[in-house]
Amino acid sequence: MRDKQIEDLKDYKYGFSTDIESFKAPKGLNEEVIRFISNIKKEPDWLLQWRLKAFERLKVLKEPDWQKPKYPKIDYQDLYYYSAPKSFKEKPKNLEDLDPKLLETYKKLGIPLQEQKRLNGIAVDAVFDSVSVATTFKDTLTKKGIIFCSISEAIQKHPDLVRKYLGSVIPITDHFFATLNSAVFTDGSFVYIPPNVKCPMELSTYFRINASDTGQFERTLIIADKGSYVSYLEGCTAPMRDENQLHAANVELIALDDAEIKYSTVQNWYPGDKDGKGGIYNFVTKRGLCKGKNSKISWTQVETGSAITWKYPSCILKGDNSIGEFYSIAITNNHQKADTGTKMIHLGKNTKSKIISKGISAGKSDMTYRGLVDISKNASNSTNYTQCDSLLMGNNCGAHTVPYIKNKNSNSSIAHEATTSKISEDQLHYCQQRGLNQEEAVGLIVNGFCKEVLQQLPMEFAVEAQKLVGISLEGSVG
Amino acid sequence: MEQKLKTDFDKFISTSNFSSQEIKLKKEALDNFLKNGFPSRKLENWKFSDINQIIQKNIGELTFYNDYNIKNEINDEIFIKEIEHNKIVIVNGKVEQFSFEYEESDKINLKTLDNFNQNPNDDNSLLSLNNSFSNKIHNILVKKNYSLKKPLIIYQITNEKLSNTNINFQLNFELEENSSIKIINLSDDNSEKNFINNLFNFNLGKNAILKNYKLDRKTNTNIKYDYSSITQKENSISETFIFSSGSDYIKNEVSCNLEGQYSSAFINGIHSLSKNKHHEIRTNTNHLYENTKSYQLIKSVIDDSSKSVYQGKIYVDSKAQKTDGYQLSKAVLLNEQAEFNAKPELEIYADDVKCSHGSASGSLDEDSIFYLMCRGLDKKTAKELLITGFLLDVVEKITDEEIKKLLKNMIGLN
Repeated sequence: MRDKQIEDLKDYKYGFSTDIESFKAPKGLNEEVIRFISNIKKEPDWLLQWRLKAFERLKVLKEPDWQKPKYPKIDYQDLYYYSAPKSFKEKPKNLEDLDPKLLETYKKLGIPLQEQKRLNGIAVDAVFDSVSVATTFKDTLTKKGIIFCSISEAIQKHPDLVRKYLGSVIPITDHFFATLNSAVFTDGSFVYIPPNVKCPMELSTYFRINASDTGQFERTLIIADKGSYVSYLEGCTAPMRDENQLHAANVELIALDDAEIKYSTVQNWYPGDKDGKGGIYNFVTKRGLCKGKNSKISWTQVETGSAITWKYPSCILKGDNSIGEFYSIAITNNHQKADTGTKMIHLGKNTKSKIISKGISAGKSDMTYRGLVDISKNASNSTNYTQCDSLLMGNNCGAHTVPYIKNKNSNSSIAHEATTSKISEDQLHYCQQRGLNQEEAVGLIVNGFCKEVLQQLPMEFAVEAQKLVGISLEGSVG
Repeated sequence: MEQKLKTDFDKFISTSNFSSQEIKLKKEALDNFLKNGFPSRKLENWKFSDINQIIQKNIGELTFYNDYNIKNEINDEIFIKEIEHNKIVIVNGKVEQFSFEYEESDKINLKTLDNFNQNPNDDNSLLSLNNSFSNKIHNILVKKNYSLKKPLIIYQITNEKLSNTNINFQLNFELEENSSIKIINLSDDNSEKNFINNLFNFNLGKNAILKNYKLDRKTNTNIKYDYSSITQKENSISETFIFSSGSDYIKNEVSCNLEGQYSSAFINGIHSLSKNKHHEIRTNTNHLYENTKSYQLIKSVIDDSSKSVYQGKIYVDSKAQKTDGYQLSKAVLLNEQAEFNAKPELEIYADDVKCSHGSASGSLDEDSIFYLMCRGLDKKTAKELLITGFLLDVVEKITDEEIKKLLKNMIGLN
C-alpha cells in the first residue's frame, strides 16, 4: 500500500500540482464516497450537506426511460466517482501509438502537432507547456474583474457566489442524471462577469489552466451580472478520447438584468467504432436562466460525436423582455444515436425565443429532435419561432421530430415548422457537373443546410466546425 | 372501481347472449383493463388529457352495466331532411335501426361478428374496456365494385335515462375492391355526465373510397373517446373530417395504416370551443408502403377557459420511399384563459420522402381586425368574419359537394 502511494507520488513532478489527487475513491456510489470527494476537495460543510441531500433524493429517483436511444443498463455501483487524473505512465507515449484514423482526422482539421499530443494527454514539452497564451489571458481577465477558474477553486475563493447560484437553475431535486451530478460532481468551470463588463475575449475551457481531465461529472456555473456580456466555448473540434463511458455534466447559466450569455459547444467525443461498439454516452443537463429584465441567453451546439447524445440545453425566460435562442447542428453517422433539442419556458412578459435545429443522419444512425415551447399564462406578448429540418442519407437511418407546444396565453404566438427530406438529385447533379466529386458536393450542400447555425459560432470556431461537418459524414455517400 | 367492474361485467354477461368464445375474449379484455385502468397523464399519449382524472372529477363513480334488452324509442324529428340518406340509429350504445333503403340489398352484407380483434394496441386500455363491455359487433360489408348511392348517416343518440354510465360501442366497415361509402356520424346527446367510448374499424380494399364526416355540436356534459382505425390497401382513399364542439370532453383518435401503394389518407378537423371544454384530436398516420400520401389540417378556435390539444404523428417505415406527408395545425386563442397544446411528431426511417409539419397559435391578427373595422364593421362582426374564414378553410376541404353544403349549414359557417 505504502509502496503504491510512493509510486503515485513520483508522478506528480511531471505536472500535477496537488498531492491529494493520487488517491482514488473506492468503486461505488454511497455516502462514504461523497464524503470522500468533498473532503479531498476541502469543501465547506454546506456543500457537503448539499451533496448528501442530492444523494438522498437520488435514492428515490428512477433513471428515465422515455428517450428514443436505448442503452444497456448502467451499473452505478461499478463506477469510480473520484479518481486522480491518469498518470503519464498509462497514457500513450507518442503519436505513433495512436489510432491512425484519428491522426488522419487531425491532419484534415489542420491541428498542430503539439496540439494533437495535448488532446491525447501525451506529455508535452516544456516550451509548449509554459502556457504563455493562457497566462496572458488570465491577466487581462483579472484586470476587468472577471473570475474564470475551476469550480473547486471558486468554492474556496468565492464561496458566497457559488453558494448563491449553485443549484439555482438545476436544483438537486431535478431529474436523475442532474441529481447524480449534484451529488458527485468533481470539477468544472466557474465564470463570473461583474456588472457592466463586456468580456473582451471568448472564454474557453481550453485555455483554463489545469483544465484537463475534469472527469465525467463536470459542473459549470456561469453568472453574468447586470449589463455584462460573455461568450463561452466548450469543447473543441478535434476528436477526443475518454476512458469514461458515461458523461453526466451539469451546466448552469444565470443572466441578470441586461446581461447576455452566449454558450457555444462543439462536441466530438469518441462515437464508437463502425459497428457501434464503445463510444461515449453524453447525458448532459444544460439550463440557462434569464433572471433579469432584457437578458439574453443563446445556446449554439455542433454535436457530431458520442455514441449517444441525450441533452436539451434550455432557457427559462423569467425576466420581462428576455430572449432565448437555440441553434443546433446534430450529425449522426454509423451507429450513433442522438435525442437532442431544447426547452423554452416563457414566464416573463414580452419574452422571445428562437429555435433553429438541423439534424443530419447517415449510416445506421438515429436522430431525434425533441423540444418544448411553453408559454405560461402571464407571459403576454411572447413569441416563439421554431424551425427544425432533418436530412436523411440512405435508408438505414432515422430522423424524428417530437416538439411539444403549449400556449396558455392568447396574446402570444408560436410558430413551428419542420421538414424532412434528402439531398435532391438535382442539387447533386448541378454540383457534380461543375467538377466536384460526389463527396465534395454533399459536403457543400450539407454546409449550406447548416449555414444558419454555423454563422452563430465565433469566427475561428466556425471555420473548423465547417470542416468537421464534412468529415463527420465521410463514407456515408455512394 | 375494480369490484364494480367485475359485478357489472357478470351482470352484463348473464343478461346477454354471447357464445362461450366471445365470453372468453371479453373476459381477457376485462382483465387487461383491470390491469391498466383508465389512462392517465403518465402515458405519453394522454399527457395533455388525463382521462382518468377528468372522469373522476366530472363523473365520479361510473356504472359499466348497460341493459341492451331495453327497446329505445326513436324520435323521427332528429333525422336530417335536407338530403336522402341511409341510416343507422344507435341509442345508448344499442343499434336500434338499420336502413339501407336506397341501396341494392345484395350489395351490402350486414352481420354480427362472433370474433373481435383483441386490443391491437396494448397501451390503450380504453379499447380493452370497449371490447369487454360492447354489445354484439355489427359488420357492414360493401361488395366489390359497388358505390353507395346515398350517404349513410349514423345517428348516435343518448337519451335522458342515461347518467353516470359508461357506454361502449363498436362498429366495423369492410369495403371491398372498388367500392365506396360516404358516412356522416352525428351525435345527438340528451344525457349528462356519461363516458362514451366508441370504436370504429374501417378496412379498405383496393381502390376503395371512404369519406367519413363526424359532427359533435350539441352542448352536453358527456365525456367521449372516439377511436377510428383505418387500414388501407392499394390505391384506396380515406377522408376524415371532424367537427368537435358540443361535448365537455372529447378525444378523437384516428389511426391510418397505409399498407398499399398509392393509398392516401386525409384528415381534417375543427375544434370550436367555448366555456370550459377540453377537446383533443390525435392522428396517427403510418406510411408502410411506397408512394403513399397523407395530409392533415387541424384548426382550433378557443374561447373562455377551454383547452384544445392536437397530437399528430407521421410514421414512415423504411420501406415507404417516396412518401408525401404534410401536417398543419393552427389555433386562435380568443381569451386569456384559453389554452392550446400541440405535439406534431415525425418519425421517419426512409430517406426519399417529403414530410413536413407546421403549427402556429396566437390571437386574431390585430391588423386584420383593424382593416375590417376601417371598412365599417364593428369589432365583434370583424372578429366573427375572421374566425369564419379561418375555419372555412377546413370545411372547404370536404370533397363531397352535397355534404359540404349540408355541413356548412349545420355548423353555421357560410
